[in-house]
Amino acid sequence: MTRQKTRKRLKIACIVAPIVAVLAVTAWYLHRTSIPVLQPAGEVAQKERNLIIIALLLSVIVVVPVFATTIMIAVKYREGNHEKRNLKYTPDWDHSRLLESIWWGVPTIIIIVLSVITWTSSHELDPYKALASSRKPINVEVIGLNWKWLFIYPDQHIASVNLVEFPKNTPVDFHITSDTIMNSFWIPQLGSQIYAMPGMSTQLHLVADKTGSFYGTPANIAGKGFARMTFTAKSVSQTDFDRWVASAQRDPKRLNTTAYNQLARPFMSNQVTYYSYVKDDLYNGLVMKYMAMPMSNGASNMPKSGDSSQSKGSSGVQGMYMQ
Amino acid sequence: MSNVFSSFLLGKLTLDSFKHDPVQTGGVVIMMLVPLAVAGLLFYTKRWKWLWREWLTTTNHKKIGVMYIIVATVMLLRGGIDVIMMRVQQATSVGSSQGFLSANHFQQIFSAHGTIMIFFVAMGFMFGLINLVVPLQIGSRDVAFPFMNASSFWLFTAGMLLVNFSLIVGDFSAAGWLAYPPLSELKFSPTVGVDYWIWSLQIAGIGSLMSGINFLVTIFRMRCPGMTFMKMPMFVWSVMGAMVLVAFAFPILTVTLALLALDRTLGMHFFTAGAGGNAMMYVNLIWAWGHPEVYILVLPAFGVFSEIVPTFSRKRLFGYTSMVWAIWTIVLLSFTVWLHHFFTMGAGADVNAVFGIATMIIAVPTGVKIFNWLFTMYRGRIHFASPMLWFMGFVFLFTMGGVAGVLMAVPAIDFQVHNSLFLVAHFHTMIVSGVLFGYFAGLTYWFPKYFGFKLNERLGKYAAWCWIVGFVLAFAPLYILGLMGATRRLDHYSASLGWQPLFIVAAIGAGIICIGVGLQVLQLLISILTRDWNRDLTGDPWNARTLEWSTALPPPFYNFAVLPVVHERDPFWATKHADKASGRPQYRPFYEPRNTSAPIFIGGFALAFGFAFVWHIWWLAAVALIGLVITVINRLGNDDVERLVSVHEIEKTEAELAARRQFA
Repeated sequence: MTRQKTRKRLKIACIVAPIVAVLAVTAWYLHRTSIPVLQPAGEVAQKERNLIIIALLLSVIVVVPVFATTIMIAVKYREGNHEKRNLKYTPDWDHSRLLESIWWGVPTIIIIVLSVITWTSSHELDPYKALASSRKPINVEVIGLNWKWLFIYPDQHIASVNLVEFPKNTPVDFHITSDTIMNSFWIPQLGSQIYAMPGMSTQLHLVADKTGSFYGTPANIAGKGFARMTFTAKSVSQTDFDRWVASAQRDPKRLNTTAYNQLARPFMSNQVTYYSYVKDDLYNGLVMKYMAMPMSNGASNMPKSGDSSQSKGSSGVQGMYMQ
Repeated sequence: MSNVFSSFLLGKLTLDSFKHDPVQTGGVVIMMLVPLAVAGLLFYTKRWKWLWREWLTTTNHKKIGVMYIIVATVMLLRGGIDVIMMRVQQATSVGSSQGFLSANHFQQIFSAHGTIMIFFVAMGFMFGLINLVVPLQIGSRDVAFPFMNASSFWLFTAGMLLVNFSLIVGDFSAAGWLAYPPLSELKFSPTVGVDYWIWSLQIAGIGSLMSGINFLVTIFRMRCPGMTFMKMPMFVWSVMGAMVLVAFAFPILTVTLALLALDRTLGMHFFTAGAGGNAMMYVNLIWAWGHPEVYILVLPAFGVFSEIVPTFSRKRLFGYTSMVWAIWTIVLLSFTVWLHHFFTMGAGADVNAVFGIATMIIAVPTGVKIFNWLFTMYRGRIHFASPMLWFMGFVFLFTMGGVAGVLMAVPAIDFQVHNSLFLVAHFHTMIVSGVLFGYFAGLTYWFPKYFGFKLNERLGKYAAWCWIVGFVLAFAPLYILGLMGATRRLDHYSASLGWQPLFIVAAIGAGIICIGVGLQVLQLLISILTRDWNRDLTGDPWNARTLEWSTALPPPFYNFAVLPVVHERDPFWATKHADKASGRPQYRPFYEPRNTSAPIFIGGFALAFGFAFVWHIWWLAAVALIGLVITVINRLGNDDVERLVSVHEIEKTEAELAARRQFA
């Protein structure tokens, strides 16, 4: 009897020990690794993390009873147990209005609660909505290229590649487009990604409440350089930001049509570069370019910038994608 | 001059199209070995004629079902090899190490993995099971349109072959399994890869649409006397829901692919960036098909569970009416949620919220189904055979995946996990545990019905455990990686991110799943080798409830000598527990569809047509199209497509079946 008991205990230990070990190692590993979505550095990501937790807790209301009843029923009504104990067996019992109402009803109530949360949070965290702040937002125009990100600061008349810098606690108003394959612009620690699409201009409002360098990533497959198209988002103090702008303004490189076409050629680069001058209305020109017919040169609403040079560029580009 | 000639004769095809790097060559060799081994075996055993007569030209739903499952099994192995390559790449390609795959090759592999697993594995298993089970469950001798059924299968096979041709000649799409433009447009994907993707799906998709119509008509028109809608087995209800979805969703796929093909082939501008094209339109259209597609796959799997749980609990299905309502709620809602695949497109808060809420509502009927299964087990006598083990794995994993799904249905949460590995983990949880586990359970359950012996239970249980444990190890890390900011489809990442340990764990998990697959292959082989020891003599190996078990095992080609009359939901269970009515059955002659070679020719011409379009070999496309049309017209003009089965033949077959039972 005692031997049987020890054996049973040993068996349980053999199952429990590895699970505990795995959990311990996981906890240790997660403790020392950063999980950006769960460690927000800004208001938007913060609210989104809270939403994750609320929705998770609401789901638990259904999931825990499901798992508990599953295990209980499976263990109790297994065939072998019927032989040992005198259990109820009701082969023809096949419906119960009360029970079925419960599991149509309770999840419905939870979903109604979640729906209210969904409705309010969709409006509150609409990426297009400007963030409330006493400070004047920074405007940044983002252009997805193959395979690098171009950030234009229209008010500061500078541009940077693969690095977007802004002062902390200052809202950043991103206008996002792509001059090539569709992509998605995502800084996990700050929140909300949004698509970058050619011929479209999407918007995103983010803010960082601490200083630091954050991982920025493309999130939609965009050809062979996709994985290497990461960028850095840097939140700094206002003085550091002013200094950064001033140094970029002194950079000898200027983002005119030639320089832009040079940059827009498909190549992989994680290099950070700066431009001290940006051609007027470059961003809008790139968006509008796709609204026009190719090869036409007379469309009145179309800035000269993109079209002729770009169509030349794109025919030359084709070979670059050949494998 | 010779250049013009060869470009007329071969289109874009050149000798260079056959050149590959060493890794790809390995794939070619492996993929060539399979057909060569099969061909060799057929020559050795001199079975070509038998194969042609008994299988390739058959119109019998049972044989077509078996062929679907064979194709799907082979493709599961192919898709599995893709998995291993991706997992090894992501576990090793960190920092200064670039892994063993080039970015483009890696992208081809995940595109092929998704395409093959959805279209040729999940759809293959699904149509295989539906073919095997539905006619028997509704007490019918075959489907409504047997010739169309065979044609569907051969179109499916043609699509499958075209995908695999891309390994040998040219390349495959590197644009992901749904090939979003502008990436999939000619400008950014100038090789034939995307064309292979388009035409293989186009051909297989038309086959699926035909199957959908076929089974809808079958279920509406071919039920045996007495089987009213509310007496149909739940699997049949589920299939009906899925086939309604096929009939409405697949035309969208056909049109979308055709428009993309026009863009790529004739330089049109439906989805191009610029010139009036609109890629957002493509994304909307492809998901207007793609989301119902998920429910097309999962509803029949739910149906399988609705058959298995009552059988192994020895109890009637709980909440039958609830189940029917749940199915139709899911069918209806599945067409109203497609936008949740791109909340991040910037459609605005109102639109996002409406689609998010619609998505969450689907959780209600799905939850109802799970509770009904649990209460079918409650106060039952549960026999934990391997199909039940798959079911238990399903309940736990699917519920967890469902929670992740509800999270992502909140648009503001989706902004933070969209296109991340969290999403990848979510949909794999749903499709592997919901769809694949369901079909594995169904295959184990119905295997003896068609082959007369059970699959080895012990190996089946080991395989299920490997799948469940391996799955958790492979995908739990992916949920975490998604929250760490790891997006999907990365062929490389920086070492400083600290992701590598989790990717290594995921690779180990994938390895354990592979052991599970190996065990399943072993299970099949050992079960076949030892079949004489575990032949089923009772005709009812699982103590089942529904009509398909009331006929001989394996069933004769006509399924039922006398069409059954049904009075209740679990007719077979009822007859088992009632006094046996005696009396000689009254046989009546009936028509059986003859074998025909037209479907395999239709498949062959479709394959040639697809290949010709991929490589721009226009003369071949014309020839194939004309051949296809002539084959169809020829078949339609043929009046002698059925054979009268006489009472004498039925009596003889039944006597043989009885003798076999007696002998056994």
